[in-house]
Amino acid sequence: MEAAMGLMRRIPPKHSEAALSALLSLLPHHSSDLLSQVDQPLQVLCDVDSGKEFILCEYNRDADSYRSPWSNKYHPALDDGPHPSAELRKLEIEANDVFTIYRDQYYEGGISSVYMWEDENEGFIACFLIKKDGSKTAHGRRGYLQEGSWDAIHVIEVGPEEEVNARYCLTSSVMLSLTTNDESEGTFNLSGSIRRQMNMELSVAEGHLCNMGRMIEEMESKLRNSLDQVYFGKTKEMVCTLRPPAEIVQTKFPDSRIP
Amino acid sequence: MSDEEETASQLTDNQKIEIAKWFLLNSPAGEIQYVAKDIRALLKNERLYLAAVSEAFPLYNKSHLICLEFPDRSGEVMVTSFSEIDKNEYIDPRTAQVAIIDHVKQVIEDARPAKDEELPSSYVEEYRSALDVEIIKYVSEAYPKGVCSVYCTSGKDVEEPGMDFELVVVICAARHSPQNFCNGSWRSVWNMEFKDELQMVEVRGKFEVGAHYFEEGNVQLDAKHECKDSTVFQSADDSAVSLTTIIRHHEAEYLNSLQKSYSKLPDTTFKDLRRKLPVTRTLFPWHNTQQFSLTKDIQKSLGLEGSK
Repeated sequence: MEAAMGLMRRIPPKHSEAALSALLSLLPHHSSDLLSQVDQPLQVLCDVDSGKEFILCEYNRDADSYRSPWSNKYHPALDDGPHPSAELRKLEIEANDVFTIYRDQYYEGGISSVYMWEDENEGFIACFLIKKDGSKTAHGRRGYLQEGSWDAIHVIEVGPEEEVNARYCLTSSVMLSLTTNDESEGTFNLSGSIRRQMNMELSVAEGHLCNMGRMIEEMESKLRNSLDQVYFGKTKEMVCTLRPPAEIVQTKFPDSRIP
Repeated sequence: MSDEEETASQLTDNQKIEIAKWFLLNSPAGEIQYVAKDIRALLKNERLYLAAVSEAFPLYNKSHLICLEFPDRSGEVMVTSFSEIDKNEYIDPRTAQVAIIDHVKQVIEDARPAKDEELPSSYVEEYRSALDVEIIKYVSEAYPKGVCSVYCTSGKDVEEPGMDFELVVVICAARHSPQNFCNGSWRSVWNMEFKDELQMVEVRGKFEVGAHYFEEGNVQLDAKHECKDSTVFQSADDSAVSLTTIIRHHEAEYLNSLQKSYSKLPDTTFKDLRRKLPVTRTLFPWHNTQQFSLTKDIQKSLGLEGSK
């Protein structure tokens, strides 16, 4: 497993899907470990009842079927697939509605799904998923991207309410890849994956959804910023170390052929 | 354990070798040794491991234009498809030596003087070495840790004006700093076709720039570009100067366009994936999501739902 995780840290993130399937075939006995530890690009299915698309993940899967957050039904149909309790389902419906608006405001497109289920210690777990295709042929408003994908997975464990507070433990991953391509500049691709955690104890006065939403919003902003500023910045720094920009070179090395 | 071996053996040996090769060939610049170590641990089979590395390393070394130092420190050889004499033999035209290399260890095991038939004619060599001198000068100015080489890839036996020949300039700058969680490489390959009848030199350039940053994450740059240019066929020294000027110009342009791509990220390209702030330019009103169900109700009663 350690070696497998080592490889995932090195292989270009845009190839992570191929890398994961290669590892799964090499290590079939570690498949559940691999699937839980390696983030992979999200897949989508269409809910036959509502006509809306929903996102597939380990958390809405039972056997080979996936539960849609819109109709609460498994696709393909499954008789005994687990469902959240009526009370939790109510929160799940609300979360899906609100998160759709959140997603639209930040992503100007894309697909989102929220899944919830009870855990063993009187709390629950919620999983918020966003998938956005920002390429110019899909939801890229500005039309700059030849290819552009953003997959965000937020898993949040909510502890049982103790007096007025509850404990929230959020684990978020983002995988992205963006490519621009034009004749004068060639192909330019940046791809990446990062994962971070955040723990908070918050009053439940305004409700779980409000608390979870704020944590996710803060986390997404942090992840986006660190990708933009730190991670992309470091690769740019590397390029400028390999070949320092002209103004530095010119001042350091005046052209020797000009007398 | 025996179970594991049984299920894993559903893959044929060849499939396992292919998977191992895929990982090795997709290693970022300067990281193939680390990948090989993990692959060895995963395969748990020396025979398959050796088969995979012996096929993958030569391909990786050549595509990454790795540079190895001669044991006597007389110079270095670049492992490229242009300098390949045999699977393990690579020529360094500058010192007229052939390095016998170990691809997997990435070292020179032995060296020998190049044979006459492995070197270009004195006519072509005049062009090659003149260009080499200019390129060395340019690379030492533009790349703090750059290496370069010039090869004759066709017409090396042309003795005098009247026939075509081709030179290839290879430039590579690599930086490995695992302690800073960062590796990268700049590679460019320039084909120079000296066309005698047209009295022109046709120039084709290919760039490949990669960078990997992996502190608590994995982010990689992969950029590629190609360009074309031409100049008049002149004397060896004049050609060397004008060809180097062409390379300098295009490489500087390409660096500019890379920087431009980076500067466009925050407000245009990255924004098409996710905005920094919502379209409303204020944080999402989580405390007041009731308003959304209200507007939804109103839209519903007005028959507007689904009309956007």
